Amino acid sequence: MLKGVLVLDCTDRLGWLAGRLLADLGADVAKIEKPDAEIDTSDWRSLNLNKRLVRLDLGESAGRRELERLAAVADILLATFTPGTPQAALFDYARLSAVNPRLILVAITPFGLTGPKADWIASDLELMAAGGAMSLAGEPDGVPLRVSAPQSYAWAGAQAAVGALTALAARARTGRGQCVDVSAQAATIVALSHAPAFVDIEGTTPTRAGAFMTGRSVKGARFRVFWPCRDGFLNFILYGGVAGNRTNTQLVAWMRECGAPLGALSGIDPARWDPTLATQAEVDALEAPIAAFFSSITKREFLEQAHRREMLGYPVSTVADIAEDPQLAARGFWQDVAAAGGRLERHCGCFAVIDGERPALVSREDARADAPRAAELT
Amino acid sequence: MSGSPQALAGIGVVEFGSYAAGPHVGKMLANFGATVVHVESFARPDGFRMQYPPYKDGKPGINGGGCFAYFNDSKLGVTLDLKNPHGRKLARELCAWGDIVIENMRPGVIGRLGLGYDALKADHPGLIMLSTCNMGQTGPRADTPGFGSQLTALAGICGLTGERGGPPTVLYGPYIDFIASTLGAVAVLAALERRRRSSSGAYIDLSQYEAGLLFLAGPLLEYHRSGRVAERSSNDDPHAAPHGAYRCASGGWIALSCWSDEEFGRLAAAIGRPEWPREARFRTLAGRKSAAAAIDSGIGAWTREREAAAAAALLQRAGVRAHPVNTMADLFTDPQLTFRRHWSRQRHPVIGEHSYCGPAFQLTETPGEVKSPAPLLGADNDRVFRGILGLSEADYASMREAGAFA
Repeated sequence: MLKGVLVLDCTDRLGWLAGRLLADLGADVAKIEKPDAEIDTSDWRSLNLNKRLVRLDLGESAGRRELERLAAVADILLATFTPGTPQAALFDYARLSAVNPRLILVAITPFGLTGPKADWIASDLELMAAGGAMSLAGEPDGVPLRVSAPQSYAWAGAQAAVGALTALAARARTGRGQCVDVSAQAATIVALSHAPAFVDIEGTTPTRAGAFMTGRSVKGARFRVFWPCRDGFLNFILYGGVAGNRTNTQLVAWMRECGAPLGALSGIDPARWDPTLATQAEVDALEAPIAAFFSSITKREFLEQAHRREMLGYPVSTVADIAEDPQLAARGFWQDVAAAGGRLERHCGCFAVIDGERPALVSREDARADAPRAAELT
Repeated sequence: MSGSPQALAGIGVVEFGSYAAGPHVGKMLANFGATVVHVESFARPDGFRMQYPPYKDGKPGINGGGCFAYFNDSKLGVTLDLKNPHGRKLARELCAWGDIVIENMRPGVIGRLGLGYDALKADHPGLIMLSTCNMGQTGPRADTPGFGSQLTALAGICGLTGERGGPPTVLYGPYIDFIASTLGAVAVLAALERRRRSSSGAYIDLSQYEAGLLFLAGPLLEYHRSGRVAERSSNDDPHAAPHGAYRCASGGWIALSCWSDEEFGRLAAAIGRPEWPREARFRTLAGRKSAAAAIDSGIGAWTREREAAAAAALLQRAGVRAHPVNTMADLFTDPQLTFRRHWSRQRHPVIGEHSYCGPAFQLTETPGEVKSPAPLLGADNDRVFRGILGLSEADYASMREAGAFA
């Protein structure tokens, strides 16, 4: 869909996903890397796939001249830097737009281009803290947690792709580019769902709840979310309402078929049970036989039965479980791309199916050994 | 505001969406100038209006829900009964007006209402339609109903959150829905670009599950390349030490990390431990990881005596990555977010004056903004059906009579 859109990608880890998303939708993305930059990590390879590699040393004047030459013909320039550093001067919008007024500069920075923290430095951990996400993850009395694989970089990169294309829409009318100022801190706030609204409307501050869900029973009961099973964990919650009651009814039927002891579950009508009125003692009594049952089944069994029975709940997948999921295989999500030494590498494919087809990934492996002449880009 | 129209001015968006995954796409487009019509019905209002707090005065009410408001600012709100033939006819007319249709029902439902892509395309070949659901429109589990909060577990993200060796951890709300909404916005904006060149529309089938996996692309490739299964590891990172959150005075926390020997030296000097970098056990990353307990206790002793904001400012001046762990309340007073005017106060007719979340990025020439509070249920029926679709007063009245807006 973005055929003919030329993107120069001068990002580090903070911004890699932006160019990958644009490339997956057909943009021609040139990834600029220093001559000695490490490009064999799984993070680099997975997020710079579908781009062509151009080695340029922006610390040398020849490299900077080449960047300017490319910027003169590009539609979008993606860059990450800390404002106020020499690196930032390379991506000065006024200078770049004087050369190419149609250029869209997407500046992805930790906190934004201006403001009291514009020159603050941050990795994923500090961005997850600044964006509020850590305050919502972890045990209630324990340490605030980040997700162990960086997420704020992905939030920043994804929002940068939205910003780049929003500016492209404006350019279609005005003929002029502009600067897109992406704050990774602000992008991380997207991850919080509506949690900030509680402060604003109720004067309460949602915080972390560990492996439990609270705030649903008027009697203050907390409900288990994660349950040990035979080979890992399941995500299952005793919900009420139409969907919850169907789920609870199906669970009891399934346990019965397996001859599992029902305990306190036999004393309730699962099609009517209302979690909002439950006390902690009632919830504990209902959860005990479920916990015993779940400990005997596997994640795959749960996934299949929950689907067949239209129950809410999913296994807690590892990357290995995800790799084996038949749903993803049936939709052609995985794409095998040629890598060094004739190997095939299995990557996440394009994130959407467009007009009935998933856009194919392109191996740019050929570009590794011998970076293309920059002239090829013009 | 400059005088120039916003980036997406003149783009019409129709949402048959509810909860988060559909409406958040429309919100992002609305903040940059698109005219977004959110379609509900009195029989089936958006589930975010009544099913999730917070509520004005703590009482669920159809127009007093803060959760609905949060994802629906800057839009027009209309009601159409899609089970009523007149309601469906107006829905089709609305789609013929729109450039983009967004729906997040279970696969097949929108088609049974006569509003599937193939039907709509017949009157409007340039239409861009986004269908977003749990599993995507195809595949053996396409019909799975599901909540985004639980899908976040299936997509591996909950399993990668938690203490090493402990249980997985809940991420707040339907985390993965916002990955899907952001990527959905990327897709519809790319489709608009194609339409400008070729005048062809597009049908975008977005699986929220698959969108979420793009946020774990690295660990998934690592598994495919080496068989290594990524695990939750508290706040550790293989390439940094120290790397964690530390308790501060007054109940606050600070996150900080050191990614090189130089950064560790700067941290040590800043917290009054200038001797640390000279100690053999702290000289390398591997050494600092082995001696993490000693380092963490030294840092903790320093942070406990200080407010998080002051400690972070001091460390940043010394060239160390550090930031307070912002609570939800802190987000409203964070000086950087305040400087960027990230929160926008709007007067909502029922909730009163309250805050809406601004865009994650700004455009220098055509800025985004929260333009209006979230609509009351059906508040813009007149404006949309008479003003935009041009129904005469008589036709509008007869449609109402026929139950189209019920």
